[in-house]
Order: sequence, then C-alpha cells, then structure tokens
Amino acid sequence: MENQFYTLHDFLVYTKGAAYLLMAVSVLGLLGFWLYITGRDEDTFIK
Amino acid sequence: MNTDIPAGKKSWFTPFNVVATIIILIGAVITFLRFTKGLGGVTNLSDNNPWGLWIAFDLLCGVALAAGGYCTSAACYVFGLKRYHSAVRPAILTAFLGYSLVVFALSYDVGRPWRLPYPFFVQQGTTSVLFEVGLCVFLYLITLFVEWLPSCLEWLGFRKPRDLIVRATLALTIFGVVLSTMHQSSLGALYLIAPSKLHPLWYSSYLPLFFFISSIAAGLSMVIFEGTLSHYYMHDKMDKTYLSEHDSVVRGFSKGAALVLAGYFLLKVIGIALDDKWDYLLTSYGAWFLLELLGFVALPCFLFAIAVREQKLKLCRWAAVLTVLGIVLNRFNVSWFAFNWQLAPADRYFPSWMEIAISVYVVTIGVLLFRFISTYMPIFYEDPQYREHVPHEGEEEERPEFVEHKLHRHPQTFGH
Repeated sequence: MENQFYTLHDFLVYTKGAAYLLMAVSVLGLLGFWLYITGRDEDTFIK
Repeated sequence: MNTDIPAGKKSWFTPFNVVATIIILIGAVITFLRFTKGLGGVTNLSDNNPWGLWIAFDLLCGVALAAGGYCTSAACYVFGLKRYHSAVRPAILTAFLGYSLVVFALSYDVGRPWRLPYPFFVQQGTTSVLFEVGLCVFLYLITLFVEWLPSCLEWLGFRKPRDLIVRATLALTIFGVVLSTMHQSSLGALYLIAPSKLHPLWYSSYLPLFFFISSIAAGLSMVIFEGTLSHYYMHDKMDKTYLSEHDSVVRGFSKGAALVLAGYFLLKVIGIALDDKWDYLLTSYGAWFLLELLGFVALPCFLFAIAVREQKLKLCRWAAVLTVLGIVLNRFNVSWFAFNWQLAPADRYFPSWMEIAISVYVVTIGVLLFRFISTYMPIFYEDPQYREHVPHEGEEEERPEFVEHKLHRHPQTFGH
C-alpha cells in the first residue's frame, strides 16, 4: 500500500481553501435567506 | 350512593391526575432506592459511562430547552420588541422550572444534595469548566427566581417588593443573558476534554459555539411549542392581550429560529470542512449525523422559512416541534450515542428503566408545577391592578373588557 502524506501546502489549499469558500457561500446564502423570509413583510418605513 | 359532582366543582379524578400520581409514586420509590442503594442500585452507569441519561436529558436538554427565558426577555427588554411582552412571563416560568428541575435531577446524579453549595463556598475549582457551568447555573437560577417573583408577589398582594423587582427588570435581563451565554456554551466546552471518546463528526473545537447557537433555536422553538400547548390546555387563563399577541410571537420567533438554524447549519458544515471530516460522512455514524443535520436542523429551518413567508402558523408550530426534537437528539448524540463510540457494543451504555422513570418523574413534576403556578398566578394575564402593558401602534389605549378570566387570588391577600 502506498503511503500517503499531506503537506502544509495541501492543508492550506484544500482544507482551508474549502472552508473559506464555504464561508463565502454561507454569507451570500444567509443574505439570500434573509431576503427570502422577509420578502413579504410589510414595509414599515414607507407609508 | 350519590356520585354526582356538584355543579362548578371539577373532579380531581381525571386521567391526567391519575397518571401523574402514579408517576410521582413510582418516582418517590426510585428516589428512596437511589439514596439508599446508591447509583449502582438504580442505574446502568459504569466507569466507562459515568454520565448517562440524567446528564443527557435532564441536564443538557433541560438547560437548552429552558433557553426560552433569556431569549424572550432579551427580545422584549434588551432589543425593545415590546410586542413580545406577554410571552415573557410564561417563558420565564418555563425557564425557572426548567433550571430548578435541572438542579433537582443533578442531585440524583451526584448524590448528597446537601453538598451542592460546596463547589462555590467551600472548595472552588476555578480551573474547571464544570465549575463555571455550576456557578452560572447557580446564579442564573437565582436570577430566574427573582424574575419570576413579581407574578408570585402579585398573587400574594405584596405591592412594594414587587414594584422594587420590576424596576430592576432590565438589569436582571442583562445579567441573565450574560450568564446564559456563558453556561450554554460551557456545556459544550465540557466535551472538549474528550476528543478520543466523542465521535469526530460531533467533536469540534467549536462545540461551545454549536451549543450556544443551538440553544437560541431551542429557546425560540420552546416558546412557540409551550405557547401552543398552553393555548390548547389553558386557554381560559389567558387575557385578550396574550391572545392577540400570541400569533405575532409565533411569527416573530419563527423568523428568528429560521435565521438561527440557518446559521447553525452553515457553521456545522464549516466545522466539518475545517477539520476535513468529509470521509466520516460515508460511514454509519455519518448517516446518523446527516439525519440530525438535515432532518432536524435544515428541514425545520426550511419549514420555518416557508411558514413565515406564507404566514402559516400551524407549520411554524410543527417546525418548532421538529427543532425541539432536533436539539434533544443533538444533546443525546454528543453525550450518549456518539460518546464512547469505539467501545464494544457490550460496553456501551443503555439506561435502566429506573433512570428513564426518574426522567419522566422530573418532567411530570415540572408540568404539575407549571400548571399550578399558571392557574393561580398571573402568568398568561396581567392583573389589572398591576397593569403595565404598553399598547402597540394602532391598538386601543384602554380596554374595559380586559379582565374576562377568573382571578384566583391567594386567599390570604396581603397589602393594599
């Protein structure tokens, strides 16, 4: 069986890279989610 | 023999009372066994599994599900959302009873209840997370007691001390929120000490954050769930203000729960990514983890969102039930199902029937106390003599028909 080893470079590129991408997607996703659930709220500022 | 019940007098002999009495009697017998024969006499706890159902359910679930108290009072008094004012007293009562029963149940686990104050007054273990949890719960229980006192003092007719406490509401709320933030997260931090025992999918350095955020969702959902049950069984104890604000509470708290659950779901996924634990998702524990995450976090989040957008209150209530079940499942997973996961099946823990019976006994005591207090004290209504309700925009200032319920004032009314 071949021995596999991971470098710091692998960790930074793949593990942390995936986490940072997910964070960016999460922020955008939460923003969209917020707009979705408040989409039909009555506007309390403009009358 | 005349068995007719006089008009106006309700029979004590109801199915609920009979079942509750049986549970209390069984609980009393097991309590005697627990304190005479020790843990080994009534539980399946062992050196491998020193924490069992009483910690998983009575303590971890109890504390998380009692979070409605700080969520509601923070929403009303800190964030100024006065439209949730009528939900504060039921939420505070639920939290107060929840925490009281947590301490009550804890005395079964640790034994020698008279030594409960020792960690604070005799020998402080200031380097322990458990000390911080204990101190916060101790202080928060006192805070909740003081927050609950006004309704009791109104019932007894003590106006001056009641007014004094009401003036300190904001300070008490802030103190309660700070303490809750600390110990809700610290309960998760307790498990940071066991990375080799807790399954990697549940173990994370972010456990304190997960516990804290999920407690907010649990608290908001419990307010909806408890309000729904109270609406069904204690409708006659509610005044018009409570009834008119109830739907707004369900809508607002559902919106909050949807956002919190969305954040919680994303943080859990990011937690998996940061520790690179994707491979574990393909195992049987992974399937169980995905069931918890998708079925009891993502699904209720989605249902809350649809319900809020489409104004479907019934769906909000079902989503709240699902969220409460999800939090219970999460606490069970962390402290029981995914704990000691590498042990042989024969060494794994399963509670004895007496452990389960004590947990049922504790919940029954809570329900009975809640029913007694909310029947006799102003929990779902405001006593007109102490009325503080601030009318909303567009709401009538005065409502002469305000009192429609029976005031069960304490027979020995003081003051006035």
